Amino acid sequence: MHELGIVFYIIRDVKQAAEENRVEHVSAVVMNIGEVSTVVPEYLTDCWRWAADKEELLRGCELRVNTIPAVSYCDDCQQEYETVRYGRTCPRCGGGHTWLLRGNEVEIKEIIVSS
Amino acid sequence: MDGVKVIEIKKSVFAENEKDAAALREELKRKGVYLLNLMSSPGSGKTTTLIRLINLLKDKIRIAVMEADIDSDVDAVKIKEATGVESIQLHTGGMCHLDAEMTRQGLDNLQLADVDLVILENVGNLVCPAEFDTGAVRNAMILSVPEGDDKPLKYPLMFSVCDLVAVNKTDVLPYFDFDLDRCRENVRLRNPRAQVIPICAKTGEGMEALAGWLLAEVKAWKQE
Ligand SMILES: Nc1nc2c(ncn2[C@@H]2O[C@H](COP(=O)(O)OP(=O)(O)O)[C@@H](O)[C@H]2O)c(=O)[nH]1
Ligand SMILES: [Mg+2]
Ligand SMILES: [Zn+2]
Repeated sequence: MHELGIVFYIIRDVKQAAEENRVEHVSAVVMNIGEVSTVVPEYLTDCWRWAADKEELLRGCELRVNTIPAVSYCDDCQQEYETVRYGRTCPRCGGGHTWLLRGNEVEIKEIIVSS
Repeated sequence: MDGVKVIEIKKSVFAENEKDAAALREELKRKGVYLLNLMSSPGSGKTTTLIRLINLLKDKIRIAVMEADIDSDVDAVKIKEATGVESIQLHTGGMCHLDAEMTRQGLDNLQLADVDLVILENVGNLVCPAEFDTGAVRNAMILSVPEGDDKPLKYPLMFSVCDLVAVNKTDVLPYFDFDLDRCRENVRLRNPRAQVIPICAKTGEGMEALAGWLLAEVKAWKQE
């Protein structure tokens, strides 16, 4: 459960971006959250509501979560497969020479402001 | 104009912490201070192990401890009483991990000019602390026998960031179906560089090996 800590990091980065772009209020923050990032979107948005409303810049600001499906790659078969379904074992060859291609993201994609 | 504007950011939320951590590591390098980040589940034996380890090393190097495992100062006081080395309590405010900034604030309370090794007892948790670089030179973890030899498979990130895994409570091996070789293999799958050292903090078995590893690490860091 480190969603609250992550929310504090998001707030810090959004504040910095708002300052650089001379923005006075942010209406939405869009996140890319990977399926295997260990971040639970519901917890994240709950923590967000609590913490964001304490900031003038972010009062009422919505946190939108884009889920990024996790995809692994097998070096032996040179093909991709669904990580959540098969884990570290390649469903084609049964081997373990696999690595995560995407799905571990915890990133701020963009912020939306009214102009 | 009543339109909306989209400002692209595209930045990992861990990026700032990683920068802070790298800067802290550089600063520690300049000061000749080795910071070890010790992690585990609650009750695996971090505090007990630290007491044995410090008593083996305190005549050779100057040591200080930062306690973050629980918000009360029970462990910090225990370590100070049992070893005599400086031991301070950090307050995480209920947070499940320490980041580089919190670690730096803790270090500001120590006299770093008089210390070779600082050990951070991180929050007891196998998930969150693994995500946040504290600025430590190395991460180490304790896995205790009752937790099972399959933990590296269940908590892959934790095992992939640790260079040393101490398997503690080997005195209870006869009562659990914990297989040391299987454990080694599971650790190797997650991190081929990681060393596994079996220890028993209760009896002191294996402690010299652990102390030897740490002493060599500290010396290399100060000389490099
Ligand atoms: N049987 C056994 N118990 C141990 C050993 N090391 C620690 N313990 C016990 O495990 C419990 C938790 O230890 P502690 O050091 O407080 O764990 P921490 O929460 O990780 O700091 C205590 O009751 C210790 O006495 C060991 O090697 N063998
Ligand atoms: Mg403890
Ligand atoms: Zn394959």
